[in-house]
Amino acid sequence: MTNFFIYLLAMAGVTYLIRMLPFTFMRKKIKSVFIRSFLYYVPYAVLGAMTFPYIFYSTGNVITASAGAACALVLAYFNRSLITVAVCSSVIAFITGLLI
Amino acid sequence: MKENTYLRGLKNGLAIGLGYLSVSFGFGITAVGKGLSGLEAILISMTNLTSAGQLAGITVIAACGSVLELMLTQLIINLRYCLMGLALTQKLDNSFSTLHRLFISFGITDEIFAVASAEKGSLNRRFMYGLITLPYIGWALGTTLGAFAGQILPESVCSALGIAIYSMFIAIIIPDTKTEKGVLLAVILSSALSCIFYFVPWFSWLPQGFAIIICAVLVSAVLAYFFPKNFEEEEA
Repeated sequence: MTNFFIYLLAMAGVTYLIRMLPFTFMRKKIKSVFIRSFLYYVPYAVLGAMTFPYIFYSTGNVITASAGAACALVLAYFNRSLITVAVCSSVIAFITGLLI
Repeated sequence: MKENTYLRGLKNGLAIGLGYLSVSFGFGITAVGKGLSGLEAILISMTNLTSAGQLAGITVIAACGSVLELMLTQLIINLRYCLMGLALTQKLDNSFSTLHRLFISFGITDEIFAVASAEKGSLNRRFMYGLITLPYIGWALGTTLGAFAGQILPESVCSALGIAIYSMFIAIIIPDTKTEKGVLLAVILSSALSCIFYFVPWFSWLPQGFAIIICAVLVSAVLAYFFPKNFEEEEA
């Protein structure tokens, strides 16, 4: 358990510092259109790279995961809420698992 | 301004909170499956509030890896929060003192960032506190339920829930791809690059955290150069 608390402190400490330092100490408005555009595109690029191809291995079965991913893409295209997309794709993946 | 911005933040955070409930449920199941105690899993969720980082973290802990390896993993996987925090500072109104920045920065996650950046005009600190509240509760509660109830659920349900976090990412990025060509290209390019890193054997030495950072920096820089965003209209 003592060992665990060292791990916990290291993990939480690094994660907090990454979030806190720029957010707390950056007080200037960035003028550069390039840097502002860069920061604007970062979340889309990060989430895209985190989702593909990993979503296809998220259920332990490529077929059920593909069905769930297709469901998520269609619902997201029609602007459904985060929770609707998350729950429906899980349900589709589950049902597909029962069928195959 | 009479509207209660805290309540509006709560409302905007509800969907994220519910999403986190199901995702952290999966985290709780995984953590206990890797040999951590339920309490340890809950403590990690309450102090870290990050899905990908926590998942990588417990993998290192379960393998009895070194503290340095753990810290490096967190640094690389969570480095995007640094960029997100930097981006958010550009939208903060003058209600953010240093103390509030210290508290609110803890709550910067992919989804909270996405909702906060989608907010029109500048950000108020009450809105941010409201936005963070339910996701934090959902994340801690979901982990607790997963850690202690995961064993009761059949394996088929648990594995189907594994897709929830990725579907949520899709729900965040897809709607904006319809209206903005730059966003569409950013998503396509970075997804494609990520797949190349994953499938091309030559890149197999590259840890997932590094691959994501490279995708994000490279793609965002290219897009910022060829499709600079017009910020004038938002500020008018």
